[in-house]
Formats: sequence, C-alpha cells, structure tokens
Amino acid sequence: MSATHPVSLSVNGEQISRLVEPRETLADFLRRDLQLTGTHTGCEMGVCGACLVLMDGRPVHACLTFAVQASGAVVETVEGLSESAEIADLQRTFHERNALQCGFCTPGMLVSAHGLLTRPGVPSREEIRDALSGNYCRCTGYEAIVDAIETVARRRSAGERAARFLEEPA
Amino acid sequence: MNAPLGALDRPNSYIGRSVSRPNAKRLLAGRGRYVTDLVLPRMLHAAFLRSPYAHARIVSIDLDEARAMPGVRLIATGADLAKLCKPWVGTLDHFKGMKSASQLPLPVDEVSWSGQAVVAIVAESRAQAEDAAEAISVEFEELPVVSDIDRAREAGADRAASTIEDNLCFTSRLDTGGIDEIFASAFHVVEEEFHFGRHTAVTLEPRAIVADWDASEGKLTVHHATQTPYQFQDLYARHYSIPEVNVRVVAPDIGGSFGMKLHVYHEDMAVIGLSMLCGRPVKFVADRIESFVSDIHARDHRVHARMAVDGDGTILAMDVDDVTAIGAFSTYPRTSAVEGNQVIRLMGAPYRFRNYRAGLSVVFQNKVQTSQYRAVGHPIACAVTERLVDMAAEKAGLDPAAMRERNLIADDAYPCDSPTGYKFEALSHQESLTKLKALMNYDALRGEQAALRQRGVHRGIGIASFVEISNPSPAFYGIGGARISAQDGALLKMTPSGEVRCLISVTEQGQGTETIIGQIVADQLGVAHERVRVITGDTEVTPHGGATWACRGAGIGGETALQAARKLRGNIMSLAAAILQAKPGELDMRDGVVVDALSGAERISLAEIARIAYFRSDTLPPDASAQLSVAHHYAPQGYPFAFTNGIQGCHVELDAETGFVKILKHWVVEDCGRIINPLLVDEQVRGGVVQGLGAAFFEECLYDENGQLTNGSLADYLVPMACEMPDIVIGHIETPTADTALGAKGCGEAGTAAASAAALNAVNDAMSPFGASIAQIPMTPARLLKALGTI
Repeated sequence: MSATHPVSLSVNGEQISRLVEPRETLADFLRRDLQLTGTHTGCEMGVCGACLVLMDGRPVHACLTFAVQASGAVVETVEGLSESAEIADLQRTFHERNALQCGFCTPGMLVSAHGLLTRPGVPSREEIRDALSGNYCRCTGYEAIVDAIETVARRRSAGERAARFLEEPA
Repeated sequence: MNAPLGALDRPNSYIGRSVSRPNAKRLLAGRGRYVTDLVLPRMLHAAFLRSPYAHARIVSIDLDEARAMPGVRLIATGADLAKLCKPWVGTLDHFKGMKSASQLPLPVDEVSWSGQAVVAIVAESRAQAEDAAEAISVEFEELPVVSDIDRAREAGADRAASTIEDNLCFTSRLDTGGIDEIFASAFHVVEEEFHFGRHTAVTLEPRAIVADWDASEGKLTVHHATQTPYQFQDLYARHYSIPEVNVRVVAPDIGGSFGMKLHVYHEDMAVIGLSMLCGRPVKFVADRIESFVSDIHARDHRVHARMAVDGDGTILAMDVDDVTAIGAFSTYPRTSAVEGNQVIRLMGAPYRFRNYRAGLSVVFQNKVQTSQYRAVGHPIACAVTERLVDMAAEKAGLDPAAMRERNLIADDAYPCDSPTGYKFEALSHQESLTKLKALMNYDALRGEQAALRQRGVHRGIGIASFVEISNPSPAFYGIGGARISAQDGALLKMTPSGEVRCLISVTEQGQGTETIIGQIVADQLGVAHERVRVITGDTEVTPHGGATWACRGAGIGGETALQAARKLRGNIMSLAAAILQAKPGELDMRDGVVVDALSGAERISLAEIARIAYFRSDTLPPDASAQLSVAHHYAPQGYPFAFTNGIQGCHVELDAETGFVKILKHWVVEDCGRIINPLLVDEQVRGGVVQGLGAAFFEECLYDENGQLTNGSLADYLVPMACEMPDIVIGHIETPTADTALGAKGCGEAGTAAASAAALNAVNDAMSPFGASIAQIPMTPARLLKALGTI
C-alpha cells in the first residue's frame, strides 16, 4: 500500500519527478503534491467532470487516472492553460456571459470546451450540450455555458484570437 | 420611498446594469480558494466509520488494532466528544409541541440512520485515516427500522430513536372554517394524492471544514464551506464553551450550497472537538458517497389535496393533508419542520379563494435528516396547487391559462393576505401571466399541439404560477429562539487613495453577492465599481449578520449596503464642504470626484479628500470631522417577508412507448422587485429551474425497507445534464418593495419553486389523450409507462 513508485511527467510545461503511492490518483497528485488546486474532485468516480485535465492533449478524468499511469505524459491543468493563454477566449467569454457561479465545475468545463473546440467544424448548440454531458454544473442551468462555448466556436472559426485574459482589470 | 435610483444615464449608475463578476476571474483561472484546497501547517485529516445499519444499538467498539495503524494520531468515540461538546436539540419555540431527540457529535449508544458517523479517526493523511477505519470493529445490535410514514404514526409503533416518545415530530393545522360544507355544495371537486420524492442538493464541492484550535490563545479558527459563518461562530462558541470573541469562522470560496451548507452536521461538530483533542488543525471533506448519506435531504412529502370549484371555474376552497418524513431527528438549528410549514402556508397562494384547511404531520423515520434546501416547501405547494388548478380547469371546461386569468389575485388588489396568513405587499400575477403567454406564444403552441396530436406526436404544455418567500424578518427564526440573525451589517471604509472597501455580512456562493453589493455601493457613492472591493465571509472582519439564505442577499444585504453607502457619502460630502468651504448641498459626487452640483465642474477628488483626511488632518478646519469609515446595520421592519411572484411554462414531448420525456423549452416570468444585475438574476433563475426539473424527472434518494439508500453515488443518482436541459427564456416584471429604498426582493428560489409544477402539468397535458395522469415526481420513464398502463 505505501511502497512508493517514481513518476516523471510534464505538468504545465514543467518537468516533474516525484515518488507516489500506487493508489494515488492523478487528481490527488496534482492537488496535493503539486498544489495545483484548480483541478477539483466532485465525485471521484468519473461522472461529474470537475477533475478533467488534458493528458497528451486529450481530456481525461484525473480522478480515474492513477498518478503512476501519467508517468511520461504531458499533463495540462487549468493553471497551465491559463498561463499559456490557450483558453483565454473561453475564459473571457465565460466571464462576460456569467457562465459560472460557484466555479467548482468551471476548470473541468473549460477543459471539455477546449477539447470540443479543437475538433474541426463549428458545433451546434445540441452538439455542445452533448459534449458537456460529462460535466455537471449545479448552479447555472447550463445555458450560459452553452452560449459562451457557441460564441467562442464562431469566433475561432472566423479566425479571431483573444488577447490574454488574466491581466485585464476586473 | 421609491425614488428612481441611479438612473442609468448618470455616471456610476450600476443598479439595473449587467456587470460581470470581478471575483469570477480567479475561479476561471483555477485560482479559487475552496476549503477543500486548504492546507495548514501540521494539519491532520479526519475520516469516519459509519453505521451500516439504519437503526441499531452500539454494543461495543474495539479500537486497539486501528490505533496501531500507520499515521493514526487520534481515534475518538461519541463518549470522548461528549465530554467537550454540549448536546443540541433541533426545535423552535414557536412550533408548539415540536420534539426531537438530543444530538451529540457522535452517538454514544444508538445509531438512527444508515451512514451515521460512529467513530472518528484522525491521521496524517485521509488515506491512512480510512485504512484505520477498516481496522475498527463495532458490534451493533440491530433495532427495528422505522420507514413507512403510516406505520410510524400508529399507536405503539417502533420508534426511530429510543429517546422520543413517538414518531411525531410536529403537527400543525390551519382552518378558516366551514370547509366540509363548501366541498359538499361545490359544483366541481377535484382531488389527488401527490408523492414527492426525497432528493438532495449535490453541491459540486462537497461539505468541507478545517478546524484549528490554538490552545495557547484559547482561540478556534474554523474554515468552513458554509453560507452562514456567524451562525456557526455562535454555535461553536456555545457548544464548546469558548468565548464567542475567540471563535473565528471563515467561509472562503464555496462550491455551491443551495441551503445544504447552513445546517449543523455531526461530522462538522466532531471536527471542532477533534482539533481540540489533537491541538492541531483537522480537516474533513465529505467524499461523494458520504455526502449522499450525511448531507441533508429534502422534500419527501405525501400530500392528499382537493379543490372546490364553482360552475364557472372560480376556485372556492382547498383542503390539504401533508405528511412528511424527516429522518430520525430534526435538524439543528433551523429544524426539519419549516418545509412542511411552508408547504401548507404556500398552498394556493397566487389565487383569490378565501377558504382553506390544512393538516401537517412531520414524522420521524430511520433515514438521513431532511431540512431546508433551495425553495423550501415551494415546489410541493406549487405542484399540488397548480395540478389541481389544471384538473379543475378541465372540469370547468376552461383552458389552463383562462382558468388562471379567472382566479389569480388581481394586480390592483394589494395589499392583501392569504387564507393561510401571509401578507402580500404587491405582486403581479396577472401581468406575469399575460407576459408568459406572449413569450410562449401560447395560443400558437396550443394550435401546434393539436396538429401534432393528429400525427401521433404527444406534446404537453404546462404552466404554474407561484409565490416565493424572500427576506424573512425576525418573525422567522429569532422568534423561535434560534440565534439566527434577520439583520445584516456593513462596514464601509475609504482607503487613503480614495477607494472603498465594503465588509458585509451577506456571503457569496457564486450567485454574485459581492458583485451586486459593489454595484450598490459604487452607485450610491458615485464611484467606478472597480474602485470598490467587497469582502465577505470572515467573522473576524465583517459585522455580524444573517448572511445569505432565503434570498436575503439582495433585499436585506443590498439595503444594508445602500444605507451604509449613503452614510459614508454624507460624511465625505461634509468633509469636502469643510475643505472647500462650500455647502454640502451645492456639491455632488460623480466618478470619484466631488463636483459642483449645478455646473458639474470638478472641485476635489476623493483621493485628495482621503489624502488630506489621513495624512494632513492638521490642515482641516478645527470643527471638521473626518469619518471615512462607517458601520451600519439594517433589519427588515415592514412586512414579515418580501414575497415575490412569477409564473413558469414548460413544453415537453412524451414518447408514449418508452416513457421518455424531452423537455423542449421552458419559460419563466418572475418579479423580484428591483433588479440590480439582470445578467446574474437570469442565470440564477435558470439554475433554479434546472434544479426543479431535476426533481421533476431525475432526482430521488431511493431507500429499501431496511433504511438503506440504494442509489447513493453520482453514477446512480441522476443529476440533470446539459444535454437533457432546454434553453430557458426569462422575462421580468419589476414591482419594487416599498419597504426599502432599494426595492429589491429575492430571486434565488423562483426557478426551483415552480419548475417541477410546470413540468408535472406539461406531462399530464401530454398524457391526456391516453386518459392517463401522474401525481408523483420524479416522473421517471417507468412511472410514466405505469401511468399509461403500458407496464
């Protein structure tokens, strides 16, 4: 149970090496060992989507992935995606449209939305709603989230790139 | 007192404007700071061994093996914590005859629901604490499980807890008189028995608490994911005998609450004691499985109701019997009887009829405690009333909308009261109905429905009027002896740079409390809202107040901020006048600058006033008083509640072969008085609707006859998903309350209050060609197929 294993992976562009227990999930590893608390755990069984991160470019449930399984992978969390400005347009539009309330589901929503929008084409509202089926939001009623993603999808397809999100005054 | 506030053409006029939430940016960047995220030096982690039985006697507990497990620092039983913590009883004085079993953080000799925490394990990591829990052996002797609400009320029935005389927690009756005669002579009587499933809040962040007892100072700091830090400051102080001044409760970012996080939970009370016993910070975060068996549940009502109607469709009377099951004890300190009480008092509230009779029985059983969750009682009262209105409309040969036009209280009839004793200041039912019909294109929708039925497509249209309770006065809890404040307090401080900090007792759970308070303060002072920082959720720095629940954030918190800002503005203007040797009446404040009121010419900036006041007070005239911080409290004094109203419409399509229902669209017209920020109101209403639709179609805590929750995980308990939810159209009527200068009421319950009622009516409308009906939520495919006679 407590024998540790070495893992080595890239997290938000930084090379990380640690010893972890085999039972430690990637979610716990990110949150506890690396203090990347933007990744949240809501159900710890891969249903709610609050823990979604990008692993080798694809959204994965960090709660269903063991840290040892991520060895050698490239992991990006909401913190890294914020700093690289890759999701600045999504963040800006979520903010303008008030597509979040408590914010607990938001990092996972952003990762799902980013995953959806990296696919070719402009998704319809129905396709956006379908793509968010693995992301529970208990506050918003989903509509603002769908609106925000739809807006970004159109802007991206028109070739618009957003400026950085974080430095703007509130 | 309703002079138009902050006309939108004035600089810094923010009341009524859609302003994005400044504090949402950190949440979007993954920089939220939830209790779940918190790590303190030397912090330990608690886990709990839970009862596998719904009702049992604790015979013995063997801790020897667990105590020797790696990382374990403390194991505590009920007896250990009983030495530190005074017991509690969840009753309110004004609920006459109410009773409940006394509670301790952990039970000493009896468990009364499956999942109740029995033993606390504190270890270096949560995983080690859970490992040790597995090594504890507890011998239980099973006791009879009380689950059926009728058998529970029979004479001599088994009791849900051995310390109560019987399973009746509370009963209440309302009777305006002559009901039997009215029903006997009525032209039409409609009658139905309704069943409302138990469901639960499922906040995405589960309950979380870090208690940090510092014996050197005798000080307790609790980081607590709660709506109500002041209530918990008071409770921790009293139950652990710590001076209140030495107790600090901090509520940082909260991952959803919806009423669930304002109740006392046994684990939370235990964690305080565990920190005292360890002398170190102790953290407990409920995992999702624990949440299902320990967070409050809500609803669980069986309502038998009938409505008497005249030949022309005029409603004459309602007669209601509500039986609700609440778990083995009543929740502390707000009780588990408020929901039933609001069910029987909100029945028929939008309508003109004057004759009413109701009985309420609140029953103990061996399940998780129930208590206040979003829209307490509203969805039940609304669904019962609105379904009966539709049934009566059918008997009277009226369209449901026409039936409501005939019976809703007229918009010029206010002030008036309900037969259940509620006093309504000013509501807008008729105007709301008119607006809803226009938004829905109601008549065209009916036409389309008829045409589609010919082709075997079964769509249903449901509407539901509602009244919402908001802004409760001290008549709600204070009068019952609970130390839950109906007032709020704000502290406004001008910084030396001429900016403003507002520390206020209402709290933020993402609905935008801090944003609207900032808007109000900026608007009233005449400064840019970016220059106002709002701080909430820390009893050490904010004034004592009720905090955010029952939709009191805007109505009471907002008025508190408004009055405080006016006070600070007065102080600033007097000081400016003294500095400028002008009369305060000749000056105005716009965009952070004191100007000549008539010409608008700049006289002096706030930054300059603050600089002089803080650093060059020697240059002020001798009689000038530089009071650039003000404290202000406000409590509602007019109507006991600020009632709001609205109406919802739901459009569904029923697949009669599978029992699946597709929700095509949903509409809400609501009147929450003065709207401070339409962007936030709309999305809060939508969120409320989705929770109501969850109750209508998906959410239910299912128990077996042994009191075991059989679907207690997020894979089994169905929460509405984006793909199942419709677009939701929101319309507004604004009828400000004259009780405050701000005029705002509440909007947080509105969506949940009537969504399930509108859905129930819509599904019944869709089923009407089959001669089938349903009076139970959630309306699952299996129940619908049963109603249709298919299975």
